[in-house]
Amino acid sequence: MIGSIAALGAGLAVIGAGIGIGQIGGKAVEGIARQPEAASKIQGAMIIAAALVEGAALFGVVVSFLGLR
Amino acid sequence: MYNSPIFKIKIFSILRVFAVFLALSAFSAPAFSQHDAPGHGQEAHETGAGEEKKFEPSEVILEHIADSHSWHLWGHTHIPLPVILYTDKGIETFSSSHLDHGHYAGKYYTYALEHNKIKVVNAEGQIDEAATKNVWDFSITRNVASMWLSIILLMVIFISVSSAYKKREGKAPKGLQSFLEPVILFVRDDIAKPNIGHKYARFMPLLLTMFFFIWINNLIGLVPFFPGGANLTGNIAVTLVMAAITLIVVNVNGNKYYWKHILLPDVPKWIYPIMWPVEIVGIFSKPFALMIRLFANITAGHIIVLSLISLIFVFKSFAIAPVSVAFVVFMDVLELLVAVLQAFIFTLLTALFIGNAIEEHHH
Repeated sequence: MIGSIAALGAGLAVIGAGIGIGQIGGKAVEGIARQPEAASKIQGAMIIAAALVEGAALFGVVVSFLGLR
Repeated sequence: MYNSPIFKIKIFSILRVFAVFLALSAFSAPAFSQHDAPGHGQEAHETGAGEEKKFEPSEVILEHIADSHSWHLWGHTHIPLPVILYTDKGIETFSSSHLDHGHYAGKYYTYALEHNKIKVVNAEGQIDEAATKNVWDFSITRNVASMWLSIILLMVIFISVSSAYKKREGKAPKGLQSFLEPVILFVRDDIAKPNIGHKYARFMPLLLTMFFFIWINNLIGLVPFFPGGANLTGNIAVTLVMAAITLIVVNVNGNKYYWKHILLPDVPKWIYPIMWPVEIVGIFSKPFALMIRLFANITAGHIIVLSLISLIFVFKSFAIAPVSVAFVVFMDVLELLVAVLQAFIFTLLTALFIGNAIEEHHH
């Protein structure tokens, strides 16, 4: 039972990160399409932002992982 | 750096070599997991011959990603690693092979392994939790051995490269040098310089060490057989120490603007009681996020690969093997990207925090 709830928690954390990283990736591609010469700068900023969002999601995953034990 | 054709070719050929390795490893992986099945099976053999114990993927996976007192080679062959215990009565050392078959009577206590952790056993053969609390485990475990291996590897690579720079001063780089030079320049030009500013040179040794240490350990962690097989960067203690180094470096180098921003920010005085706790939590939460990010990313990668392999044993059919192996190869190649990406992110965020701490403000 606790295992299933933990799995649900991990799933919820991933939904949030999915939306967040999707937004970041989408906007970055838009930005690059508008200004291809700024591609490398946009990529750098995109990776940093994606890592921060992913960090938040991984907190959720780790907490649900702890709940599994 | 991305546009450098040399770098592209190198990365591509390395990817190919790794892909071949990983394809091979994926085939050896079932044998790897199978060793666990008899491990659990042994108990089954004792209770009832022929009746296999049910395969528990989560047990097998958690055992594989955790630290261990022996290093698995193949089949039933292990390299026993030294056990070093600091007990309340004195220091005790013995080989972990003594623990393979139940209890081992040491100088001061009797020990046994439970879930790869050393526990003290009392006279009745029961695990004595109170006595276990007095025993500190400083063993050379698989992770420690793997870390030393990676340190030796890094030393050999970088000492040979740096001596090559001394010998060939002013000439074009050659061999290993020409592979590492673009990576080092990438750390300098794309990580250190834009984030730290003109004082970047002081922090280059730290950033380069972090980058290459994380990268090489991520790669060693992806190799499933002997020299690899440890999950070092997916161990929270290792990432904790690296995050603590970041915490210390950032706060020791923080200038007066950094501390003023934390202690006396430009807000009305009555908000200070709210601001101080928030800012002090902020000091610690940044390295904490670094720690969790690296740990969770690498651990998650290992869990996914092992779960895909577990599918073969869950369905108990060879028909599922090609699908599973194909997915494992795909995930492993993705993990190669994650290995370098996580090294990059960790170094980049460290550089960013250092840059924030030493930035000069002009009001």
